[in-house]
Amino acid sequence: MSELFPVSVSVNGVAHGASVPARRLLSDFLRHDLRLTGTHVGCEHGVCGACTVLLDGAPVRSCLMFAVQAAGHEITTVEGCGTIEAMGPVQQALTESHGLQCGFCTPGFITTITAYLRENPEPTAEEAREAISGNLCRCTGYQNIVKSVLRAAEIIRGTDAEAGDRQEAPA
Amino acid sequence: MKPAPFVYHAPRTLDEALAALGEVGHDGKILAGGQSLIPMLSMRLATPAHLIDINGVAGLDTIEVADGYVRVGACVRHAQLERSEEAYAALPLLRQALRNVAHPAIRNRGTTVGSIAHADAAGEMPSVAVLTDAVMEVCGPAGSREIAAGDFFTGPLETTLGADELVTAVRFGRFPSNTSTGFVESARRSGDYAVAGVALALTSGDGAISAARASFVSVTDVPDVLDLTEVLSGATAEDVAARADGVIEAVRAHVTPESDIHASADYRRMLAAELTRRLIAEVISR
Repeated sequence: MSELFPVSVSVNGVAHGASVPARRLLSDFLRHDLRLTGTHVGCEHGVCGACTVLLDGAPVRSCLMFAVQAAGHEITTVEGCGTIEAMGPVQQALTESHGLQCGFCTPGFITTITAYLRENPEPTAEEAREAISGNLCRCTGYQNIVKSVLRAAEIIRGTDAEAGDRQEAPA
Repeated sequence: MKPAPFVYHAPRTLDEALAALGEVGHDGKILAGGQSLIPMLSMRLATPAHLIDINGVAGLDTIEVADGYVRVGACVRHAQLERSEEAYAALPLLRQALRNVAHPAIRNRGTTVGSIAHADAAGEMPSVAVLTDAVMEVCGPAGSREIAAGDFFTGPLETTLGADELVTAVRFGRFPSNTSTGFVESARRSGDYAVAGVALALTSGDGAISAARASFVSVTDVPDVLDLTEVLSGATAEDVAARADGVIEAVRAHVTPESDIHASADYRRMLAAELTRRLIAEVISR
């Protein structure tokens, strides 16, 4: 039996902990130990992008990290990007623009696009295509995912504008 | 597709890391970004008994720009170096090449020094290391030493680094101020390993090329420098096209590609030569 390491992480703002062997991949830790099965595992060697999560806000492949390395960091998974009842802007855009079919790759797209739009709120179609170049989708042909990135940017800008209006409104 | 069990070491200081590495030697592997190592572990292409994770070692995550070099610590992520305006101003080739390293999510985690120590001839940064006459700062049980990039790479995934040694930083040499650089590669899909790639440095005087050097990705066993000065000396943006035959001949004679499922050796040789010709035209006209 290999040595177990206690791993404490914050996932989507909630503290989680489990004792796992050092070889436990972060992707398996999220799915098996924390039962957060929104993160999908595709190729398991960093090519497909399905398991992408945000580590302190930056997209990383959760299959290319060990859980012990995530200790003390803030992880955001697709579960942190919205719910069925209250979808986040990227999820809403993917739904509206038919940016998914089977949905297997979608969690990785959602985390990737969420982080990208924070730094690049007004991408061109070409930039949107580049932004998702590290994620594979075998269903859609990508056209509608590119549209979804642009639509999500619109939704986020709209939300921000409304928030701004509210702040400026007289008390 | 899961790594075999290993003993995990998480040193907090360089001395602790070197002590652990000295104890396990050939049975140990340094874990920095892990973007090449972890896939190899998952596919069981490598099964080291010990992993020494240096991510918690203080002081390895800094970028220092000096008159003659840009010094990059062992835990500096590709993304951190790519975004450094100071490093870009001092040595634009770093960002030009880093943009071709895999995808942003890989660059957020992978380290530049790690990809050089990994010494994959399909990696971008080893070719940048040789073109900039980089110096590896190495620590081991016997103390520290420096290895010139030209003496570092010995074969695919092989270097002159000892099993008990660790590269703590790489100093990329800066070019003379009248030097323009560029990097281009061609891959089947965005972010894939390049079928062929080239890094270029052109130095000019009085509007004409006075020195020209290139290094390659995926078409040589070890990254090394092709001196194109003789072929390009005196050429200007207007008449450089006339030197194309000489450039193509020199590149074709220099590279030693192999055939695989992605491309034949002949195709890679042709691609390397053509990418070099195009890159020269682009860099000289900037």
